[in-house]
Amino acid sequence: MNMAEKIAGVWPEIALLLGAALCLLVGLARSVAIRRFTGWIAAASLLVAGWIVAAQVCNAGGVIGLTPYIKLAVVAVGLILLMVAAAVPVQLKMTRDIEAGREPFEPGLVIRGEFFAFFLFSLTGVMLTADASDLVWLFLALELTSLPTYVMVATSRDRVEAQESGVKYFFLGAMAAAVFLYGFALIYGATGQTSFSLIVDAANQQIAAQGRISPLLTTGIVLSLLGVAFKIAAVPMHFYAADVYQGATTAVTAFLAFVPKTAGFVALIALLGLLPDGYVPPAITWLLWIMAALTMTVGNVLGLMQSNVKRVLAYSSIAHSGYMLVGLLALHGSGDALGNGTAAILFYLVAYGLATIGAFAVLGSLQARGEEAETFDDISGLVRTHPVLAGVMLLSVLSLLGLPPMIGFLGKIYLFGSAIQHGFVGLVVIAVLNSAVSAVYYLRIASACFFGDSEGHTVSTPGISRPLAAGIAAVAALILGFAGGRLVSTARDAGGFPTGRNDVVTTPSQPPAATTASR
Amino acid sequence: MNPTTIMLVMILVPLLGGLGLMFLPRGNDSAVRPFALAYTLLTFALSLGLAFQFDWTRTQDLQFGFFHNWVPAFGLKFGFGIDAISLWLVLLTTFLMPLVVLGSFTAVKERAREFFLWLLVLEAAMLGTFVATDIFFFYICFEFTLVPLYFLIGIFGSTDRLRAARVFFLYTFTGSMLTFAGVLYVAWFNTTLDAATPFTGAGVWSFNIVTLYHAAAYMTVAQQSWVLLALLAGFAVKVPIFPFHTWLPLAHTEAPTAGSVILAGVLLKLGTYGLLRFAIPMTGVALDPVIGPVPGALVHFAPWIAGLAIIGILYTALICWVQKDIKKLIAYSSVSHLGFCVLGLFAINTIGVGGAVAYMVNHGLSTGALFLCVGMIYERFHTREMARMGGLASVMPIWSTFMIFFCLASVGLPGLNGFVGEFLTLLGAFTAGNVLGPWYAAVAGVGMIFGAIYILYMAGRVVWGPTKIPTDDHGDAHGHGHEVKDLSAREIGVLAPLAIGCLVLGLYPTPFLRSLEAPIERLTEPARLMIAARASNQARDAHLTDIMAEERALNEDGMTIIVPELPGLAAPPAVAPPAEPER
Repeated sequence: MNMAEKIAGVWPEIALLLGAALCLLVGLARSVAIRRFTGWIAAASLLVAGWIVAAQVCNAGGVIGLTPYIKLAVVAVGLILLMVAAAVPVQLKMTRDIEAGREPFEPGLVIRGEFFAFFLFSLTGVMLTADASDLVWLFLALELTSLPTYVMVATSRDRVEAQESGVKYFFLGAMAAAVFLYGFALIYGATGQTSFSLIVDAANQQIAAQGRISPLLTTGIVLSLLGVAFKIAAVPMHFYAADVYQGATTAVTAFLAFVPKTAGFVALIALLGLLPDGYVPPAITWLLWIMAALTMTVGNVLGLMQSNVKRVLAYSSIAHSGYMLVGLLALHGSGDALGNGTAAILFYLVAYGLATIGAFAVLGSLQARGEEAETFDDISGLVRTHPVLAGVMLLSVLSLLGLPPMIGFLGKIYLFGSAIQHGFVGLVVIAVLNSAVSAVYYLRIASACFFGDSEGHTVSTPGISRPLAAGIAAVAALILGFAGGRLVSTARDAGGFPTGRNDVVTTPSQPPAATTASR
Repeated sequence: MNPTTIMLVMILVPLLGGLGLMFLPRGNDSAVRPFALAYTLLTFALSLGLAFQFDWTRTQDLQFGFFHNWVPAFGLKFGFGIDAISLWLVLLTTFLMPLVVLGSFTAVKERAREFFLWLLVLEAAMLGTFVATDIFFFYICFEFTLVPLYFLIGIFGSTDRLRAARVFFLYTFTGSMLTFAGVLYVAWFNTTLDAATPFTGAGVWSFNIVTLYHAAAYMTVAQQSWVLLALLAGFAVKVPIFPFHTWLPLAHTEAPTAGSVILAGVLLKLGTYGLLRFAIPMTGVALDPVIGPVPGALVHFAPWIAGLAIIGILYTALICWVQKDIKKLIAYSSVSHLGFCVLGLFAINTIGVGGAVAYMVNHGLSTGALFLCVGMIYERFHTREMARMGGLASVMPIWSTFMIFFCLASVGLPGLNGFVGEFLTLLGAFTAGNVLGPWYAAVAGVGMIFGAIYILYMAGRVVWGPTKIPTDDHGDAHGHGHEVKDLSAREIGVLAPLAIGCLVLGLYPTPFLRSLEAPIERLTEPARLMIAARASNQARDAHLTDIMAEERALNEDGMTIIVPELPGLAAPPAVAPPAEPER
């Protein structure tokens, strides 16, 4: 595939990058009125990117392949995340002081520009991850996703904990990057290629010659998987999650819970796509099996012991990564309805994203004792003061729990059904027992909201956008539960195609469907 | 109106009505009550309409079938349809609900809006469970019943309500998650079958109940055993079967009266209904590709489950005997009574299972009524301790009359409804040769005696004896020195319909029982045929002993099934082809 075609595919990313650059510029304007536009510019560039993706999808005649699906999901969920995060700069004391005229204008202290620009950079990174057809590209895209989040964690809150989290997140993230970069290097060493399709060819040759892929290639893939596991907060790379999620401001936590995780799963799907069809070395199967079982168990068990709701949701996010790892085992599936792990993960990402963002957004909308609500006491008796937010929280946790008829239930059918189809019945039993364990802490959140005594909290964020975003996410989780057929078939279409590889052999005159059908 | 439409409207009225309560003007919670009553009455009227349109000549068919595609890619549908079993349970639900709402008019003072919202949502979920013909639609409603009851207990319960709500939710949720895995497994197994397998829906993802009945028959006995255990995990907790009953007394004692009535009256029946609708037909027969139909996992497990049921009957009956709290006593008696129900189900013959279904309905009426009676006492005295009250017959004669009546219905006095179910389940167990047998019935029968003892002991202490009115902490009699008020017209209006129901079903149960026969025969057919085959085979083995001693050695396990003797089973489909609900 030549450069011109590749660029034609990344117009949405280009739109986001231009928007980010514009945000950086406008964020430095002397006039407050102009600076306030940065959020709107970010929204506009997301909409433009969404429009471009939609046009591409229409041209292709449907959501064919993982790339457009991820891009659409990033735009849709990104808009909700933007609504959640819109008030973050205003929550900072220094920004407020300057904008109220109490302090002189100092470009370095007004974070509107950087915040929204980094927000868009990170989303661009996810989209580029979905585009990746080459190891180098994949590495750069993953880092583009993560680097802005380190800054967002550190700068978005007036507390030293945020900076501590930022530093912790950065160093551990850098270590993880080193691990998967090492893995990439080994893959290159084993095959002499960086392009996905050529690596697959080389692996096929190894199988033809020796009946297996070389241990070096296996090691490379294993290391890459472990490194990328950091992005999805899977055991053994999960230990940062609770601290970082707690330290960051809640709106950014919501961002962390969805965006890097999406990029991570896309990368994992791509990396497993390097294996020849239908061939997974036992080492990798076992690695994923153990990782999945440990991740969900560790996440759920540690989630039981928390007194801070943000930490609970952080561990819940770890547990959900565990569930999605189950789908990863079923990756090499047929394009059947249930049974395609890729499609199941793609669907679950949206299901999980909506619910978890809803929960974090409710938390971010509340203030207790001048701080963002964090503990169970802070949300106690929420139904008396903010019945609608309590209802949104209920819908969100029920969807995370996978209780029918919420979308999370469909997600579980999809993931676990695919895993059973591939014979991982034992893992599914572990997963459903874990779901039962998770009910304990999700119910704690619900019962704090509904049964506790009210402590007196206020909606803290200026404007309605954050509670509104919470409502949109939760209602979407409910409606998509009832009317999920369309999303399921979209995910199925998207997951029926291997990543990165289809665009190599596709020429513009040839519809992608034909290529994949021949595979 | 088209009966299918009636069925849909019947489910939507409480659901939308309940949500509509939230939009009534704020600060005027008293308006909520008549609205809630109106919705439940309308639902009852609709269910009666359904019963009139029901074709009582073919009660075994899932009538008024209708489905709406939910997630076509998974084969998930919102499938509706009812046979006589479903219809009777639907009627039980819609009949109890207005009485529960009426009974809660004064009990709930704060947050009444939420209370009736959850009550109505709960009704919709329960109705959905009974009319579902798609197993995941059933599962959705089954699971969703947890949420409203969680809130009913957690917000409106008594002192230890938070723990009760949590334990109730977690216990049942854990069990049903395993059921979820089991259902997925059966559905997956169906997709592995050849599409040429002779039943509708083979080889594709489908969650249609009838399709999965057929699919499960093609499993090996070992696979069926796992499926049966997975189904039991969810349903045994719900019923509850000993030793999974520990959540129930806690939930009952802490729940508000309305919650207890619904829990005992309908929700526990979801468990037995699930066993009857899924476990029994699915695992009754295993079609071995080599030796043909062999008894399924159900036949092997039935004596063990029945054994647990009997232990439950006796054990909880003894617990009842030592209770001090009336409500707790009735809660434990529910466990004991549901033991009879399970015993009847696993007798796997028409009498036993018919008795179990009759028991489900009758227990709903009589135990529901007992909980209402206790609730009325609690509203007056704020205590349920037997030691603190006595001789209420002299101060509350109307209440006492009802109480004694429902106690007698509950212990199974002939002529009242409890007797029908109890007698039939025991008779079923007695005659279930080759599965259970006379010993099972005999031991369980002791439970009947215990039942009479503890219920009458309770009634004797509370209703008769020297008059004792509970006093509050300051030593004042409740009611501030005034005479204790007997039942109001509203309360009589709550209990009278239940009493009439008990009497009618006790004196003339024949139409009720007859309508259940056909659907039960259909659901138990595979298992019954296999049991009959095993019996004849064992007889043949005994016969062979006399003639050919050496050949008998080959047959020593006594389990080998001779296929050609089973004309009904030799040709597939082995399970009777029930009507597809999606016509």
